[in-house]
Amino acid sequence: MAEQAKASGPLPVVPFLRIPAEGAPYLEARCCGKCGAIFLGERENCSKCGARGELEPKRLANEGTLYVYSIVHRSFPGIETPYVSCIVDLEGGGTVKGNLIGIEPDPAKIRMGMPVRTVFKVAPRKDAEGNEYLTYYFEPR
Amino acid sequence: MSDVYILGVDMIKFGRFPEQTVPQLGAKAALLALDDAGLRIQDMEALYCGNLYQASGMVGQRILQEIGQTGIPVVNVANACATGATAFREAWMAIKAGAYDLVLAVGVEQMGKGLLGGGGAGKKGIPTEGLLGSGTMPTVFAEAGMEHARKYGTTFEQFAKVSVKNHHHSTLNPKAMYQIETPLETVMNAEMISYPNTKLMCSVNVDGSAAAVLCSEKKARELGMKRAVRVKASVMTSDPYTERDLVMPDVNTCTRRAAAKAYEMAGISPQDLDLVELHDCFATAEILHYENLGLCAEGEAGRAIDEGWTALGGRSPVNLSGGLLSKGHPLGATGIANLYEVATHLRGEAGKRQAPDARFGLTHVIGLGSACAIHVLERV
Ligand SMILES: [Zn+2]
Repeated sequence: MAEQAKASGPLPVVPFLRIPAEGAPYLEARCCGKCGAIFLGERENCSKCGARGELEPKRLANEGTLYVYSIVHRSFPGIETPYVSCIVDLEGGGTVKGNLIGIEPDPAKIRMGMPVRTVFKVAPRKDAEGNEYLTYYFEPR
Repeated sequence: MSDVYILGVDMIKFGRFPEQTVPQLGAKAALLALDDAGLRIQDMEALYCGNLYQASGMVGQRILQEIGQTGIPVVNVANACATGATAFREAWMAIKAGAYDLVLAVGVEQMGKGLLGGGGAGKKGIPTEGLLGSGTMPTVFAEAGMEHARKYGTTFEQFAKVSVKNHHHSTLNPKAMYQIETPLETVMNAEMISYPNTKLMCSVNVDGSAAAVLCSEKKARELGMKRAVRVKASVMTSDPYTERDLVMPDVNTCTRRAAAKAYEMAGISPQDLDLVELHDCFATAEILHYENLGLCAEGEAGRAIDEGWTALGGRSPVNLSGGLLSKGHPLGATGIANLYEVATHLRGEAGKRQAPDARFGLTHVIGLGSACAIHVLERV
């Protein structure tokens, strides 16, 4: 299994990162057919309105704006710091957490509300079996 | 319906006690609270015990094995940082329901050092901490604070002033972990953990326990009301659906809903409160809760800390105990320790940190995930 996965390219870092056979990777949410609430990841029911089985896949936009951030200086062993943890609101709906790259980790440089885009790269970490993972980041646009 | 009273309440001095077991720590607070009430374990009809890290370890029963195996019903509860308050509230509810007249509630925790939250990989894949942002508690609450900064321009310095204030308060509280003044420069120049939270703006991981003896109105009249404190409101909420909650935990909405209900239940307004012990797990969080609890108007929290409204002697004193930032935050004990602090002021026994002529006080905790508990206490 592991060998197979390695042969067929990187695995998604989270289930809501989709890697189609053809075309660019993207983030996918579930959208409630009753109330329009948007959720990351698979789910059966809507936690906003309680609708059951009405959630449809929705491809999230790659463009959004920086909602808030924090500059992380202390983390666990093996995690390089400082880095910027951020919350991004995507155009057309959907809120995603990630790392903000391509900008100095300096509060004077980072502006809440600034336009950002989602970019996809191979993660600098592998799993115990040596598999590569495709991850997403945000960068200023 | 008749009210429920706190007859006895106490806490151990928070600190680091690696040589003690969790039940031993819990037993100490239980005995202190029983002594404060002038009662014995044989008088208790039930025990509600809050502990998070040994939630499957029957901590309540093991406390009774330390202080008296009377065979009473024991319920062990876990509810993140709202664990202690949840145990207290369950005890309150059992009395309110008429099931018992005298109930013991204990909260206890033994903590490790270091970062909470974040953490490793799931069953499959690679760890996402530091790759897809950070889930550590200092970061989560830094981001929550930055939402306030985004809306109102709240500054790093204003957040830092919360720590200066709470550390100052704890110099007057012998049961707090720390009794050290931390000037603004010291707080701002401390190691940055997650901007804008420096190390001195993060709650202290300590071991601790606190306990309360709750009783029915009938029993309080029988035993004497002299040092009794009335529970005017007990409210709990979970996080309702809000737009970003599942990605960025929303500690505001559940607090606002709980506060509105608590003020209604107590028949008072925020201006009637003589002191508040709120969940300052990080300095950024305290700023949010000034507005969430209605202690100031929307957008005024920065001004509230700048102008000392929430300091000892201010119009709305907050965290006179030193708060989680300086008294310490043993998760399961925190909720009952807050109640101890407020009750102590209502009894006029808070010494140098006494809120003058205190009649009403409020306690607030948030367990991320989320559980919010608010209690309003009234002097008898
Ligand atoms: Zn819905």
